[in-house]
Amino acid sequence: MNKEMKILIVDDFSTMRRIIKNLLRDLGYTNTQEADDGLTALPVLQGGGFDFLVTDWNMPGMQGIDLLKAVRADASLASLPVLMVTAEQKREQIVEAAEAGVNGYIVKPFTAQTLKEKIDKIFERIEAGS
Amino acid sequence: MAGNAQESIVEEDGSILAHAEEMVRAIKEGDEEQIKSMLEYISLAREGGLYNEVGKMARQLHDAMDTFCQETRIDELAEDAIPDARTRLRHVITLTQNSADRSLTAVENTLPKCDSLSGRIDELGKSWQNFKKREMSVEQFRELSTSLEVFFVEAEKETGDIRNGLNEIMMAQDFQDLTGQIITRVIELVEEVEGNLVDLVRLTGERLVNPYEKKEKTEKSGVEAEGPQVPGAASKTAVSGQDEVDDLLSSLGF
Repeated sequence: MNKEMKILIVDDFSTMRRIIKNLLRDLGYTNTQEADDGLTALPVLQGGGFDFLVTDWNMPGMQGIDLLKAVRADASLASLPVLMVTAEQKREQIVEAAEAGVNGYIVKPFTAQTLKEKIDKIFERIEAGS
Repeated sequence: MAGNAQESIVEEDGSILAHAEEMVRAIKEGDEEQIKSMLEYISLAREGGLYNEVGKMARQLHDAMDTFCQETRIDELAEDAIPDARTRLRHVITLTQNSADRSLTAVENTLPKCDSLSGRIDELGKSWQNFKKREMSVEQFRELSTSLEVFFVEAEKETGDIRNGLNEIMMAQDFQDLTGQIITRVIELVEEVEGNLVDLVRLTGERLVNPYEKKEKTEKSGVEAEGPQVPGAASKTAVSGQDEVDDLLSSLGF
């Protein structure tokens, strides 16, 4: 897996962004950027160069689920791997995210180990598929 | 005062009968002047009773609202307690944010020290193995000896720094006590407001639609963000943790 890949972390709470950033750095991924909701994240993603998106669900402005749908609807971003890290844990929500094309789903509170497993799994599947 | 009004109606009821009989007599005799006069008297008496009843209801409502306001300190709630609670909750956000930042800063400062210590231990360990295997010149041994002396001093200092970092993280948890107290107070306030609302609904009678039914109707369909599930108030369809998320996703072909 490419440790140099560029990752966008989207969460309205700076604390959570910081925790995810630190966990990713611990896993060897140092090339990260942050955005505080879908509305600010989408133009950054459309600016290009991102290999991976980690997003929360419940945010002001544009929610994570809508960001995911917008990403899948944008031809230049449609194949971007998306990991959702969220406190939303109702079955219908997880199903909705799956149907919208999410690549992984982590419920908060989560551990560094869970984050590592899900990222590994996402990229294993992508490599196996390509 | 209400008793007086009641008596006057009874009293007038008696005189209404007399006036009605007088009116019947006047109709038989075709005395138009008298019919008009009696009719006027009767309708006035009737209106008087009605006004008395409305007046009584208005007074009762006024008294009930007065008592309600006095007993429930509703003014104080609206003017002070609710804005105060808002401030307190904002303060909880600030306290928890500060604590999280403080802890994360300590972690960010401490981790590199751990990495550098472990790197040097690794290096010295290799040299030590060389020494044990007698693959070391006298010159190299002198170097190892100096490195070890430097390392002992630095390691002492850096483990001290790591210890301080861990202490800092521990101390940053002091927000819990404060935020716990603040939130407990806000919960009490919410309970008081809830009680007042129930009283107010009872006071205004059954003309109001059940607020819970109304809320259900306006609830949006589709999947909405709900925030974290609260223990004891969790949704029936919520999963209990990451394992259930993984099971659900794998059942969907993930």
